[in-house]
Amino acid sequence: MRVALFATCLVDGLYPDVGKATIALLRRLGHEVEFPLQQTCCGQMHVNTGYPREALPLVRNYVDTFAGYEAVVVPSGSCAGAIRHQHADVAEQAGDARLAAAARDTAARTYELSEFLVDVLGVEDVGAYYPHRVTYHPTCHSLRILRVGDRPQRLLRAVRGLDLVELPDALSCCGFGGTFAIKNADVSTAMLADKMRNVLATGASVCSAGDASCLMHIGGGLARLHTGTRTVHLAEILAATEESA
Amino acid sequence: MTFLGMPAGRGQLSGERPFPAAAHDALNDAQLRRNLGAATATIRAKRAAVVGELPDWEQLRAAGAAIKDDVLAHLDRYLLEFEEQVTARRGVVHWARDADEANRIVVELVQQTRSTEVVKVKSMATQEIELNEALEAAGITATETDLAELIVQLGHDRPSHILVPAIHRNRSEIREIFLREMGDVDASLTDEPRALAEAARRHLRAKFLSAEVAISGANFAVAETGTLGVVESEGNGRMCLTLPRTLITVMGIEKLVPTWTDLEVFLQLLPRSSTGERMNPYTSMWTGATEGQNFHLVLLDNGRTATLADPRGRSALRCIRCSACLNVCPVYERTGGHAYGSVYPGPIGAVLSPQLTGVDANASLPFASTLCGACFDACPVAIDIPTMLVHLRSRVTDAKGATPERAAMRAASWTMRSPRRWTVALRALRIGRLLRGRRALPPPLSKWTAARELPEPPRQTLRDWWRSQ
Repeated sequence: MRVALFATCLVDGLYPDVGKATIALLRRLGHEVEFPLQQTCCGQMHVNTGYPREALPLVRNYVDTFAGYEAVVVPSGSCAGAIRHQHADVAEQAGDARLAAAARDTAARTYELSEFLVDVLGVEDVGAYYPHRVTYHPTCHSLRILRVGDRPQRLLRAVRGLDLVELPDALSCCGFGGTFAIKNADVSTAMLADKMRNVLATGASVCSAGDASCLMHIGGGLARLHTGTRTVHLAEILAATEESA
Repeated sequence: MTFLGMPAGRGQLSGERPFPAAAHDALNDAQLRRNLGAATATIRAKRAAVVGELPDWEQLRAAGAAIKDDVLAHLDRYLLEFEEQVTARRGVVHWARDADEANRIVVELVQQTRSTEVVKVKSMATQEIELNEALEAAGITATETDLAELIVQLGHDRPSHILVPAIHRNRSEIREIFLREMGDVDASLTDEPRALAEAARRHLRAKFLSAEVAISGANFAVAETGTLGVVESEGNGRMCLTLPRTLITVMGIEKLVPTWTDLEVFLQLLPRSSTGERMNPYTSMWTGATEGQNFHLVLLDNGRTATLADPRGRSALRCIRCSACLNVCPVYERTGGHAYGSVYPGPIGAVLSPQLTGVDANASLPFASTLCGACFDACPVAIDIPTMLVHLRSRVTDAKGATPERAAMRAASWTMRSPRRWTVALRALRIGRLLRGRRALPPPLSKWTAARELPEPPRQTLRDWWRSQ
């Protein structure tokens, strides 16, 4: 299968290890992975902040970049959600029916990482080893736009050495919300405080999630308070092996 | 997008301060946070239990949405049919384009009865138009008879929740309000819920027996029969609807359902979504005027036609005011309703209030959400609130025109549409490594670093690593 990685702008620029882990994981499972250098950003920040016209060229670039691939894997529920839920709509609002049709086609071949592993490749045990106590925050767009359900937890339960502890009030938003974190910083912080309290209550040494953006927010708070609890992306855990440990 | 020629909503639909400023104060109110956290968690659990036991909940939601969409698509026809039916049964129908007109009509109707006291059934529409204030200005005393609305009224306070207007108060605060404001209360009143309810019951009973005029809202109105309906938990609404000689009902024009049988859907959706009950205790229905009594109906626009004009926003008018979206909203749970400034708080308020008033008067509300989607999942008429919020954000930014934010978004778009420029920009991000451990950053980054560490840019971007392989 000709698989492309859409790393997302955040991973490309700030969290390259998440992208490297996704590539290593998919290669270990026997798939060729490409990282098309034409990729940039899905445009979600523009759309969600109220600038759909400014997102239009980014939608076009995404569609052009990934048109020829059988599958596009995204290590982000939020960006995969934007691609599926917003891209065609942005094109339609701009009156570009052809782009809307192409965007729908590309979106149908775009998968969030846990969806791709469980639904497309049909694996839950990816052969990973990660000897840590981990709690998982199921991010909002993974849950309520993509409906990934417990796929990430099923993948984590199959990881050798990993002790998965349930996160209290897991379904509650962490408070990131893109530009919400800046525009409504006080509410964002109040939500973060509750999420951190629940993460710390588990006694886990690692808080994982399928979105680097939510983890940047949760991890930024955990680090500020010197809690000693780290955030690690799902892809990095699934890529870990005895050799890399 | 502006909708010329259609009246904008007036009344209690926007706050004096933008949401973030009002939220800041609410977040620091420890008692409010405790009261809200406990109350919303309780209602959430009750709702989840009774919704979960219905195997056809998703079909009910779809039916509710479809019925309301039909009403909204043919509102002109249904309203005239409804008016005809009410008139045929000796009801008098009045049309009000906005809050001012509705208040004027109601005040005149009360003055015609020569009464200076009215009892009120809990009603969002009359809170929206600030009817109590208009009555007071005309020398008419209105008494709220819903227990929670009474608490709010006696506390010289404002409702903070659609269904549970005094959700921000706990029982010891309610006891203090009663002792201070209820002239006829026993000084040994405790904060036991039974005792508080009994005090309110005694206080209200005298009002029911003496009032000549009652004012209500309506949960539903049936176009084919001209029937109105109010659902409630206490029975105080039924007292108001039946005892006084004159009944005046103020109703938003979107409250219609086409036929009596459509109520079958909504009387399942509403109580399960709102109070978490299988059935609400009291459902009162009336058609026209009862023998010996007068019935007036005020049909209120107040921004609803303007809302209907936006194809991407109009489904907000499906709302049946259940407040399930408030109870599941992580923002509402922490700020409470007052921060939204409107009588319609929470997620539905953030999409409804700006549409009723026009987005200029409520520019911060569409941004008062993380877009987590919990509201959409809970909505019994499947209003896609997150998508609508995003749409309204674009209406706000369009209305604001050229701003520094727009310039920044344009610059980001210009950079990101070109892989070459993007590669250069990402490399430049490495300068951010110099900021390691720094917290005193200029706005807007200071909003991030106030509570969180900034991520440290890597030595090598993913694309540069890929190239180097």
